[in-house]
Amino acid sequence: MSDDTLFAEVLDGANRANPYPIYERLRRRPVSRQRDGAYVVSTHAAIRSLLFDPRLSSEDLPPSRRPRTGNPFKDWIINPLKNRVATAHRPLIFRDPPDHDTLRGFVMKEFTIARVNNLHGRVEALVDTLIERCRGRDEVCLVEDLSYPLPVAVICELLGVPEADEPQFHAWATQLATALEPDARRDEEARRATVTTFDAIAAYMRRLIRDKRRHPADDMLSGLARRGDRGEPAMGDVDLISTAVLLLVAGHETTVNLITNGMLTLLRHPQELARLKADPERAPRLIEELLRYEPPVHFRTRKALGAIEIGGTTIPPGAPVVLLFASGNRDPERFSDPDRFDPSRDDIQHFGFGGGLHYCVGAPLARIEAEIALVTLCRRLVEPRLMADPPSYRAGASLRGPSNLGIHIAGIV
Amino acid sequence: MSERPGIVIVGASLAGLRGAEALRRGGYDGPLTLIGDEPHPPYDRPPLSKHVLAGELEADATALPHLVSLRARWRLGQPATGLDRAGRTIRLADGSDVPFTKLFIATGARARTWTEQGADLDGVFTIRRREDAVALRRALSRPPERVLIIGAGLIGCEAASCCRDLGLPVTLVDPNPTPLARILGTVVGEVLAQTLRRSGVDYRPGARVRALVGEAGHVRRAHLQDGGAIDTDLVIVALGAVRETAWLARAGLVADSGGVTCDGACRVLTREGPPDVDIVAAGDVARWPNPIYGGRAITVEHWGNAVEQAAHAASSLLRPAQPKPYVHLPAFWSSQFGLNIKAVGLADGADAVAIVQGDRASRRFLAVYGRDGRSVAAVSFDQARWLPAYADRILAGAPFPPILDATDQRRIETLAPGFPPLRTERPVLEMAHV
Repeated sequence: MSDDTLFAEVLDGANRANPYPIYERLRRRPVSRQRDGAYVVSTHAAIRSLLFDPRLSSEDLPPSRRPRTGNPFKDWIINPLKNRVATAHRPLIFRDPPDHDTLRGFVMKEFTIARVNNLHGRVEALVDTLIERCRGRDEVCLVEDLSYPLPVAVICELLGVPEADEPQFHAWATQLATALEPDARRDEEARRATVTTFDAIAAYMRRLIRDKRRHPADDMLSGLARRGDRGEPAMGDVDLISTAVLLLVAGHETTVNLITNGMLTLLRHPQELARLKADPERAPRLIEELLRYEPPVHFRTRKALGAIEIGGTTIPPGAPVVLLFASGNRDPERFSDPDRFDPSRDDIQHFGFGGGLHYCVGAPLARIEAEIALVTLCRRLVEPRLMADPPSYRAGASLRGPSNLGIHIAGIV
Repeated sequence: MSERPGIVIVGASLAGLRGAEALRRGGYDGPLTLIGDEPHPPYDRPPLSKHVLAGELEADATALPHLVSLRARWRLGQPATGLDRAGRTIRLADGSDVPFTKLFIATGARARTWTEQGADLDGVFTIRRREDAVALRRALSRPPERVLIIGAGLIGCEAASCCRDLGLPVTLVDPNPTPLARILGTVVGEVLAQTLRRSGVDYRPGARVRALVGEAGHVRRAHLQDGGAIDTDLVIVALGAVRETAWLARAGLVADSGGVTCDGACRVLTREGPPDVDIVAAGDVARWPNPIYGGRAITVEHWGNAVEQAAHAASSLLRPAQPKPYVHLPAFWSSQFGLNIKAVGLADGADAVAIVQGDRASRRFLAVYGRDGRSVAAVSFDQARWLPAYADRILAGAPFPPILDATDQRRIETLAPGFPPLRTERPVLEMAHV
């Protein structure tokens, strides 16, 4: 196997359960060119430096292209216009400054620490309810029973999206999350499916936002939608919709992996599970180590605007650049004994939430959800044991996590 | 005393403390003495002109953490008044002598005070020490009818920001065309000038205060050189700092109000030329040839330098056989009027400036300074995250402008940075002699 196809191996579903040996081989060069022209950045130092390099752009999505309908008015007038609007109003993770900074500023004004902390009790109650539902069974399907429904309920509550509508956008969220996966981005059909899905979820959001303007509540969407009413600077409707969709999808597709990867890691390290059970105060450090050791997002792609010389390689202008966060997290140049899960290490400067400009907006919320979920699971599940190791994985190589985690239990306390 | 006197550090602020820690970390386990003219253990100064003035932080809550067990003897509240280099002793204000084997100079600087008419009036403040901030904070909460700030450098502007946040009327007087003109030039300074005005500061560029006059011993009015007057009952003098070198006057070193001159490894130079290898200096007081700027001798009055240079000087003291040049890219930050300003490198002396990301109209931008075609400094307004990339380019001696394919980059316009001509320390007297 040659080095310029290593990233293709990362994308190969056969390696989903354990991509780390491939990352190790990638790290022999801080930046390696792949046969398809992408540059994969795998060492901690190189990732760190590029996260703060203004020559990397996040505006790397190909333009929107809506599928042919056969209706010439739609195909020649309406859809080209829609394509242009959608391309110009991408969610902020696909935008550069200054637009990115403006949009992020609006989100941060609503996504306050107070709002997140207020959810603490609600998250505790939700976790208890979800675990209680497993009573009488000798098996927990963690993704279905807790890791998925918890963050979905929380993000719906935070945004002010009726949870009863969840079945409707469950599939939309899964489809839209593929925008982060290189395979789906290259495949023309998958891209058309993404655009169609976006149209559907955007129509849903447009109605919801209209409702929020009429009947505002104490939630983020009401806050974002009503800023203009108070004469403050506000997002335009198109940006408002793409931001709302982004937050909803991010809430669906990331924390689920953090919780499931967390429980999987604890079940593989029973002594750490026992320690957490005996001392829940260990949770914050454990979560940080988890974000290093099994992060929910493994990589993000950017585009080089100019030639960038780094780690003995020159990335040419226009080249796709893959920041392989999960590999930087296991770099032995940066962390001693990096493949060991060790919550007591004092140095955990991980890329679990990315870094730089696009550092995860939801990090405080993810930490709270994962902490409460893992502490409560350890306390309440009696004699939990993994039913299959490795478990089956979801398709994504970037948003990576088990699709199902069967845990055998002797009961619930 | 049976044992050797060991290492003595004169100056118990940031550089002195970090120097002491570096000595212990570097393996020195002999006697260690710290002498400080203030009665307090080492504390952090940057919050004094920001959070302390704003009333968000108590002045005595700024103590610096000790990162290493120092096992040191402290002589606090005792200014050093003289150095006898031949006798290897330091004279203290109480007349006692402290012997040393090796000496670490970290006496820093003091605020330049008002020396013209009205210097003895009540209601005239500087901001340097903890007591200054406490007294000023108390006076601001009374509250005054109008605050007059003399000097639109970093401290003057930060003070103006705090006073506006407190809702106080503020007049800011400065001889230069814009704030921060000396360190960032007028092209960038103009952005801050607009911010000052928008925030309701009565900003008077190109003006000088001639005299302060009082009633019943308290300041009431400031007379400007152009004949105008400003009614004020509280004056903040923010005219920069004077290095604490008076105690070195007869030590045979190269020392003046601009600092004590060192070689590249932070060892102080004697008048005869060669360095005294047992005496080093670090922090605001140390003037050394910085290789990044072609060996130009500079002092750097910023937090980061005090920390880094202290560690370097300690290593020069412990390993005199292997002196290494101290290479430092100066850096500072400031928060004022809701803006986060960060800079790397020395902009003064630059012949060009380019806005390379963002734009000045939005007050979110990154500007790079060039000299003779090379990039020498960069400053960011609410765009600090990109600064490390520019710092790397500056250290590498990259051409100017250094990064031509950045996000949020418009057509790059190169301008003359607009540094005011050098002035002498006492402009008023100079004018009188003409």
